[in-house]
Amino acid sequence: MKRQQKIASLLVYGVLLLLAFIFVAPVAMMVVGSLKPDARVLQEAGSLSGLLPHTIEWQNYADVFARVPFINYLFNSLFISVSIVVCGLLVNSLAGYAFSRLQWKGRDALLLLVVSLMIIPLEAIAVPLFYEVTLLGWRNTYLVQIVPFIANAFSIYLFYSFFLGLPRELEEAARIDGAGPWRTFFYIVAPNARPVFASVAILTFLTQWGSFLWPLMVTSSESVRPLPLGIAAFYTLPPLQWGDIFAFGVMMVLPVLLVFILFQRWFVQGVASTGVKG
Amino acid sequence: MANKLQHQQHRIAWNFVLPAMLGLLAFVLVPFILAIILSFTNLRLGSPLPMEFVAFTQYQRIFSDTAFLHGLRNNALFALLVVPVQTGLALLLALLINQSLRGMVVFRTLFFMPVVFPLSLVAVIWVLLFAPGPEGSLNSLLQLVSFGAWQPRDFLHDASWALPAITLTSVWQGVGFQMVILLAALQGIPQELYEAARVDGASSPQQLLFITIPQLRNALIFVILVTTILAFRLFDQVQIMTQGGPQYATTTVMYEAVNAAFASQQVARAAAMTVVFFVIVLLLTLVQRYWLKHEKVIE
Repeated sequence: MKRQQKIASLLVYGVLLLLAFIFVAPVAMMVVGSLKPDARVLQEAGSLSGLLPHTIEWQNYADVFARVPFINYLFNSLFISVSIVVCGLLVNSLAGYAFSRLQWKGRDALLLLVVSLMIIPLEAIAVPLFYEVTLLGWRNTYLVQIVPFIANAFSIYLFYSFFLGLPRELEEAARIDGAGPWRTFFYIVAPNARPVFASVAILTFLTQWGSFLWPLMVTSSESVRPLPLGIAAFYTLPPLQWGDIFAFGVMMVLPVLLVFILFQRWFVQGVASTGVKG
Repeated sequence: MANKLQHQQHRIAWNFVLPAMLGLLAFVLVPFILAIILSFTNLRLGSPLPMEFVAFTQYQRIFSDTAFLHGLRNNALFALLVVPVQTGLALLLALLINQSLRGMVVFRTLFFMPVVFPLSLVAVIWVLLFAPGPEGSLNSLLQLVSFGAWQPRDFLHDASWALPAITLTSVWQGVGFQMVILLAALQGIPQELYEAARVDGASSPQQLLFITIPQLRNALIFVILVTTILAFRLFDQVQIMTQGGPQYATTTVMYEAVNAAFASQQVARAAAMTVVFFVIVLLLTLVQRYWLKHEKVIE
C-alpha cells in the first residue's frame, strides 16, 4: 500500500512537471530572448538553447526605448488603470453599501437593473459607445479610456454580496454613537471589508491593464495609447526584431507579475470570488 | 420625526448610489439601447445622407455577408474547441493541485501566471512559437515527438490550422482562471463524503465520478458558461495573430463588427452585428440559469 502511494505521487509529480514546462517555456523564451542578439532568437526558437541564456545583453532594452515611446505607453497604462481602480473602488463600494444596508425607495428595482446589466459585455455595446463618445468629442483622450469604466455592475454586485455577509453589530454600535451613514461607511464598514476591496481592485486592474479593443477603437495617437496597443504596433514595426519585441514584453508584464507574486493569495481569492455567485 | 429620519436616509442613500448609477446609465444602458436603435437605421459616420429608419435591412445584409457568417461559424467552432479543452484541462490541473503533496502552491502559481499576462502580449509570444519552418518552436517539438514524421507548416497561414492555433494560445493564457475557480469548489466538498465512500470500498475513479464531479456541478456549469461567452468575445488574438485570415478562417463576429465600424464607418451595420452577439450571450446565460434551476428541483 505504502509503495503504491509512493508510485502514485511520483506519477502526479511527473505529470505536473510536464505541464509546468508547457506553462513556463513560452515565458522563459521571452525572458531569455530579450537578453540575446535579435537574430539568435528566431534561430534558437526550436531548440532547448532558446530557453537557456548564453549571453546577457541589454541592447534589446535600449533598442525598445530608441524605437518606440515606451515610457509614454507605460505611463498611459498606469495612469488609466490606476484611475479606474481608485475611482471605481469608491463609486462601486458606496453603491454596493446602499443596496445592502440602507433603506430607500427604488432600491429593489435598481438592484435588479444592476444585476441585469452585469450580463452585458463591453463588446456588446462597444460600437454605440464608440458613436456616443465620438458625439461627445472624447476620442483620443485619457477621459474616454477612464470614465466609461468607473461604474461597474459586477463590482457593485461583489461589494453588495460581501456587505450583506458582514455582521450588523458594528454598524449598529456606530449608529448608537451618533455616526451617520457616511462616517459608518468610511470608518467602520470599509476597514472591515479589505478582502472585497482587494478582489475588486485586482480584477479591475487586470482587465484594464490588458484592455485592447476599446483603446484600439477610440484612440489613434500614440501619445494616449496604452501598452497593449504599443506592443501590437511594435510587433508590426519593421524590421521584425524578436529580441526587441521580447524586451518590450518583459517590461510590459513585469509590473503585474511583481504585484502578482507579492499578493498572490489575493489574486487567487479575487478570481475565485467571481465563481461563487449564483 | 421618524418620517424625517427616513427621508434623510433616503436622500443619503441616493447620494451613495448616484455616481455609480449615472455611470451605468450613460455608459452601459444608453449604449445598449442605442445599439438596438442604430441597428434599424442606415447610420454611417461622415455620410452626407440623413439617418433613416431601414427596418431589418442591416440584419438581412449581415446574414447574407460571407465574412460575417464565417465569423459566426468560427466563433461557434472556437467555442466547441476551447470549452472542452480548457474546462477539461482546468479540471485536471485543479485535481492534481488539490492533492496533499508538497510544493503544490508552486505549481498553482505557475499555472495561474499566464492569466496576468495581457492577451496582446500572449498573442505576440505565440506568433513566434508558431513560426513556420523546421526552426519554429512547435514545428520542431512536433518533429521531435513524431521522430521526424511531422511536416513543418505555417500554422497561422494555414486555413485548417489557424483557428486551432488561436485556441491553443487562448487555452494557455486562460486555463489558470478556470483552474482556480474549480480548485475553490473542490476544497468546498465535505471530506465526510470521501470517508464514507472509502468505508463503502469505492475506488478513486469511482469517487471522482460519483462524488467529485456531481459536487462540482455548479462550478463546472459556471466555468463552461464563462468560457463559452469568452469564446464569442474573441478579438485580440485574431487582430494580432491572423487579422481574420487566411480566407476568413479566423474572422469573428467582433472582428467583423470592429471592421465595419472602422474601415467603412458603417456604425449601423456594426451595431446590428453586436446585437446578434448580445442575443447569443443572453441565450447562453438563460441556458445556464435554467440548468442551475433544474438542479435545485432535483435536490
